[in-house]
Amino acid sequence: MDQLSALEDQSIYIFREAFNKIDKLAMLWSIGKDSNVMLWLARKAFFGHVPFPVVHVDTSYKIPEMITFRDRMAREWGLEMVLGQNRAALDDGMGPQRGRITCCTALKTDGLKAVLAEQGYTAVIAGIRRDEDGTRAKERVFSPRGLNAEWDFRDQPPEFWDQFKTTFPPGTSLRVHPILHWTELDVWKYIRRENIPVVDLYFAKNGKRYRSLGCAPCTAPTESTATTVDEIITELERTRTSERSGRAQDKVSEDAFERLRAGGYM
Amino acid sequence: MNAIVGLSQTELRLPIVIVGHVDHGKSTLVGRLLNDTGSLPEGKVEALREMSRRRGMPFEWSFVMDALQAERDQGITIDTTQVRFRTAVRPYVIIDAPGHKEFLKNMITGAASAEAALLVIDVQEGALEQSRRHAYLLHLLGVRQVAVVINKMDMCDFSAERYQAVSDGILGYLSEIGVTPSAVVPVSARHGNNVVERCRHMAWYTGPTVTEALDAFTAAKSLAHRPLRLPVQDVYKLDERRIIAGRVESGHLKIGDTLTFLPGGRTATIASLESWNEPTPRTEAVAGQSIGITLDQPIFVERGHVASLAEHRPVETHTLRVHLFWLGHEPLTVGRRYTLKVATAEHDVTVQAIERVIDVEDLSNHNGDRVERNGVGEVVLHSRSAMVVDDFVAVARTGRAVIVDGYDVVGGCIIQQPKADEMPARNLIATGHTVTADERAWVNGHLGGVLWFTGLSGAGKSTMAMALERELFRKGIQVYALDGDGIRQGLNADLGFSPDDRTENIRRVAQVGRLFAEAGVIVVTALISPTRADRAVARRIGGRHFHEIHISADLAVCEARDTKGLYRKARAGLIPEFTGVSAPYEPPLTPELTLHTGGQTVEDCLAELVAYVERTLIRPARQGGSGANTGEP
Repeated sequence: MDQLSALEDQSIYIFREAFNKIDKLAMLWSIGKDSNVMLWLARKAFFGHVPFPVVHVDTSYKIPEMITFRDRMAREWGLEMVLGQNRAALDDGMGPQRGRITCCTALKTDGLKAVLAEQGYTAVIAGIRRDEDGTRAKERVFSPRGLNAEWDFRDQPPEFWDQFKTTFPPGTSLRVHPILHWTELDVWKYIRRENIPVVDLYFAKNGKRYRSLGCAPCTAPTESTATTVDEIITELERTRTSERSGRAQDKVSEDAFERLRAGGYM
Repeated sequence: MNAIVGLSQTELRLPIVIVGHVDHGKSTLVGRLLNDTGSLPEGKVEALREMSRRRGMPFEWSFVMDALQAERDQGITIDTTQVRFRTAVRPYVIIDAPGHKEFLKNMITGAASAEAALLVIDVQEGALEQSRRHAYLLHLLGVRQVAVVINKMDMCDFSAERYQAVSDGILGYLSEIGVTPSAVVPVSARHGNNVVERCRHMAWYTGPTVTEALDAFTAAKSLAHRPLRLPVQDVYKLDERRIIAGRVESGHLKIGDTLTFLPGGRTATIASLESWNEPTPRTEAVAGQSIGITLDQPIFVERGHVASLAEHRPVETHTLRVHLFWLGHEPLTVGRRYTLKVATAEHDVTVQAIERVIDVEDLSNHNGDRVERNGVGEVVLHSRSAMVVDDFVAVARTGRAVIVDGYDVVGGCIIQQPKADEMPARNLIATGHTVTADERAWVNGHLGGVLWFTGLSGAGKSTMAMALERELFRKGIQVYALDGDGIRQGLNADLGFSPDDRTENIRRVAQVGRLFAEAGVIVVTALISPTRADRAVARRIGGRHFHEIHISADLAVCEARDTKGLYRKARAGLIPEFTGVSAPYEPPLTPELTLHTGGQTVEDCLAELVAYVERTLIRPARQGGSGANTGEP
């Protein structure tokens, strides 16, 4: 069995556990490569179907190509899409000029909490991976959140032998991470093997491409000449810069990303 | 069988866990390994230098792994983490596990998915408590490939004698638990000696460096040729198909194979393997694959069932002996009920016995009635539902289980040589029921019975009945106390206190008791039942289930207690034919048990009662089960 198939089989197992054990389940869809791979894996797990809604938290600052791509995929794949937005914060003029962390917390984290509460989801599937960041490396596959969606990283439940924590007190919720064990390179190799569509922004134009997608003001393209999936794979096999190097909010302070995540960020 | 022949595991990342006592340098070793193999991203070393400077510390490699602010500030690893790197030989996933005792659950979380382990020991301190505990747990978790890394050699001037002394100490311990490490590598993780580069200060050492030791580990063995185990994860009804979904945990299967589903033993043949977006339709599957199958017949299958081939079935049993590690805040105790999760199945289990508690420091065994947090022991678990399991050594995936208490995973267990229930033959009782008394006894772990308490008013019948009910319930026993007063308000509301009505009262209670007992319940009745003749009727009705227990206290004692104020009323002539005052009490001549409540505390009486129930109704059911089997009364 090759590495990609092993990763795929493990992810399918996680999807099926979540679907069996969670009553109100939804998947976060950021429109990035990882969430597209997740949708693909869900269809593998459920024989062509995506048996839960996909939630997109629209900060209104997303790169416009992402929104076009989102609407096209939702149509083609017949997805039940649920949109979330922190309207109040936006009306109040929220944006990165108020501080990147403040903005991320208001538009992403609070926007997400609001849509989860509104829809009554007890668990959401999120496409984070251990290799993205040191705090994500410490995550569980089934990761419980407190009453305010916060992550208590000091006291995570034990998780072994694929026996996940699927019961929790009323009021708390769960994040499910089916591709936690994948790497950025695995994701691209799988996209190549399965021929999974991804938004064009990942491919180089004028010597730059997006390696990680987020909001336009806080996401910078990196130097690259990779215009195809193959070229991206070759590039990643050689690079020594980290994937989130183009994400400005992580660099505000030493523990900026940890604090974002503890507050409920993906 | 092409898919099996073509299997190659060499490209897979080998998961390695780094364990050992807190502060012995695990995270530092990992940081150094990543750096010296060129696996750190650009700018990481500069960021680490800055983090160290800000804390006024010398350069700290462990900050690579200690991603959480609290970890860096306290200088300890709190949670397990994973990073990837590769050597010339193959890629690795490194799992760094915390060494602090408080975070043992996180160490287990990391170590349980490892194929091999590095046990890091500080040469200045030798193998301390957590070094030993981690080594023991590695063995328990089934991690068989271990290399020892003796760290901080720079702190002892790279002394060969110190190395030898610490090495001998840990090798002695490991050999006692049956672990033979592949190497004992002296290193200085901080300075990178013998990590990737060989150290010139330790020319006396000729064994492998850390990376050489890693590369010498062997990849996970394929489970494709082991017995087939397909635990059912879910059943989907999709597009007219009924798809049974699950992961092949062991062995292989193909279209046309006849599967046996346990518990129950229903069989059907695989009609198809279902999948989506595969270049060619699947016809077979091997261990590790998450699949979907359809069957040729619509047999009842649900999550928790395990499919196997008829010739190599797993064991179906109600009782398990397990080797267990405990993570719960509350200790594990005899009689407590938990949920046991084996593969995709869940069972309500009761702790039937704690056979031994193991001290991982010196490996001594103790008798005990509890396994404390972070402790290890051997216990017997009993389930009311049939469990489908394997011996851990034979089929690991269905030979291990986790224990859940409330919402939390509180322990893990390794199943040791499970034995199939010796279910008694079904033809011993001609009741017309398809479920026999012995089957009920097997599932409950005890026989049904009627404990008929008789004695004077105030002797303590109700008190003892309620105390016994609570105590047996705590032990996971099916038990119900029938109180005389309650019955008279309900079932027997039409009866008065004439001799005829009293006899009828007892007859009815005896009948109800018998029904309870036949349903597998232990029922405790608390009625004065003063006459031998009435009790003889009750005994005839209860038959083999009937146990007459005399709750005995002198009239003077009962009258002094007078808990309900009845003696006072009777003496005043307000209650006619009151037993002991104006009507006789005929004590039993040959009761099964007599309790003297006058001279003993409630606790002492309770202990005597529990011992009696253990002897007559619990142990016989657990030691062969035929105690109940003497036919109709």
